Amino acid sequence: MRVFMFEKPLGMRDTLPDVYKTKRALREAMMEEIETWGYSFIETPTLEYDETVGKASAILDQQLFKLLDREGHTLVLRPDMTAPIARLAASKLYEEGCPLRLAYAANVFRAQQREGGRPAEFEQVGVEYIGDGTMYADAEVISLMIFALKRAGLCDFTVTIGHIGYVDALFFDVLRQEQRVETLRRFLYEKNYVGYREHVKSLSLSSIDRDRLLRLLTLRGGGEVIAEAKTYATTEAEQRALDELEQLWTYVDQYGVTDMVKLDMSLVSHMSYYTGVLFEVYAKNVGFLLGNGGRYDGLLAKFHRPSPATGFSVRLDRLMEAIGEQRRTEKTTCIIFSQERFAEAYAKATEMRQKGENVVLQHVAGIQNMDQFTASFDDVVYVLGKRGKDER
Amino acid sequence: MMLTVAMPKGRIFTEALVLLKQAGYDIPDDLEHSRKLMIDVPNEQLRFILAKPMDVVTYVEHGVADVGIAGKDVLLEEERDVYEMLDLRISPCYLAVAGLPNTCVHPIAPRVATKYPNIASTYFREQGEQVEIIKLNGSVELAPLIGLAERIVDIVSTGRTLKENGLIELERIVHVTSRFIVNPVSYRMQDRAIEHMVDRLTYAIEKAGESNEN
Repeated sequence: MRVFMFEKPLGMRDTLPDVYKTKRALREAMMEEIETWGYSFIETPTLEYDETVGKASAILDQQLFKLLDREGHTLVLRPDMTAPIARLAASKLYEEGCPLRLAYAANVFRAQQREGGRPAEFEQVGVEYIGDGTMYADAEVISLMIFALKRAGLCDFTVTIGHIGYVDALFFDVLRQEQRVETLRRFLYEKNYVGYREHVKSLSLSSIDRDRLLRLLTLRGGGEVIAEAKTYATTEAEQRALDELEQLWTYVDQYGVTDMVKLDMSLVSHMSYYTGVLFEVYAKNVGFLLGNGGRYDGLLAKFHRPSPATGFSVRLDRLMEAIGEQRRTEKTTCIIFSQERFAEAYAKATEMRQKGENVVLQHVAGIQNMDQFTASFDDVVYVLGKRGKDER
Repeated sequence: MMLTVAMPKGRIFTEALVLLKQAGYDIPDDLEHSRKLMIDVPNEQLRFILAKPMDVVTYVEHGVADVGIAGKDVLLEEERDVYEMLDLRISPCYLAVAGLPNTCVHPIAPRVATKYPNIASTYFREQGEQVEIIKLNGSVELAPLIGLAERIVDIVSTGRTLKENGLIELERIVHVTSRFIVNPVSYRMQDRAIEHMVDRLTYAIEKAGESNEN
């Protein structure tokens, strides 16, 4: 019981110096790339109203941290950055004119329902591109994500792109009713291909329609998948979605990143949030999704400003796991001084700091264990006693 | 590149091994009797890890195993974020509600003992009945005999255990077979190797299906 008061709540983690350095380096690399594409970084509050941002968010209600303010309003710790940015864009920034290119690097909060091994607070780096409904916007967001990840030093990763409009058009054409569409969509969302196939076989459908639904699971691969899907597309809505994907593929090719990208026509990342092109990014050595994104044309309307929008977010904790702590941390020098030579030691430290070096200035009396303390530095300079003695 | 396969120890293991061999995998015979928990089969580019059936989904969800074999009962109970790719059609059984003949359900706080608290509470909620779940880790049939709970929810394959303990099946919940599951990242990053494995297993399942019919 004695140690209990030092425990952290489930999923909350400390960041120690080495991890902090790696994390900052990765964040900064991604931010630099994002800024060169003309995106402006912003911050929003950690706490928002459940009624607005909580409800609009794509994150499930049971994953929200909730608390009450003094008036009894329910507040949430922001579970993602997209909903707060949509709120901000709808209320404040809209007058500035669209399209808006906004970016963030911020901590988000999601309560854990199960065992540990997953943080409940983690940092995301991402962008929101609001007010542009063209496929150029989707291509820009996907390509920017790839460039930013490469800039951060990630090599072995892959992006999978799908189009929820295509899935819905196909399902509606065959099943006709929203509820039946949703049942089938849920199998894909839950990644239950066995259930999907069984369900399709249990429906009374023409053999052509059944094949169309079953074939969806096999429509995976490179750009050739679009052409293949087109040969089976019978409705205008399917055709439109595939035309969009075709455009997207051409533009992404212009950015020169198609070797990182694959298509999966059955990709369903969320039950209702996305409205068009959607994507997920995976990296080697990390068992979970590295990041994702897509078009969410319905969200801004929840803040009374209907507008097309797309964006991505990458989880910094998982990016760090994928890259590992391979980055060399810069060297730090320690200057240990005694009272009579403080001015000299400070002058030396200032000189080195101005050159960009990391310097610790430490009075000798403050050290308890000299060997242990000096061992943590790359270099130690002693400025002790009378001038000219004991140098180094 | 090596694929890591999480295998369930116990009941399903033997049947899964037969299926893998039918799929043409050259797997040493001593795998089944080994006490090692991690076994490499280099000529097939496979690494097997041997886990408790309930834990297979956990290993696969966290990505420490790329693929695995798990019962549908475990998938329903654990609700993990993994791809359910294939019905291997092995180890068939079903989940059922059972109890003593002439079971009287407690009018205020009906109790159900089970290894599957999630499945049981979902099932009874769907039936419009509120029950109190008591989680057990095995020998669930004991609970009604000794008065811990009036009913149990458990796996039934032959019905022999129920019978020998004087219990009868009250309701069937769902049919259960073993499934081939895949980690979502491995599904993308190792798509070739996994697709290849799915194809070979599909072939073996169909072949097994044909020989059963004959």
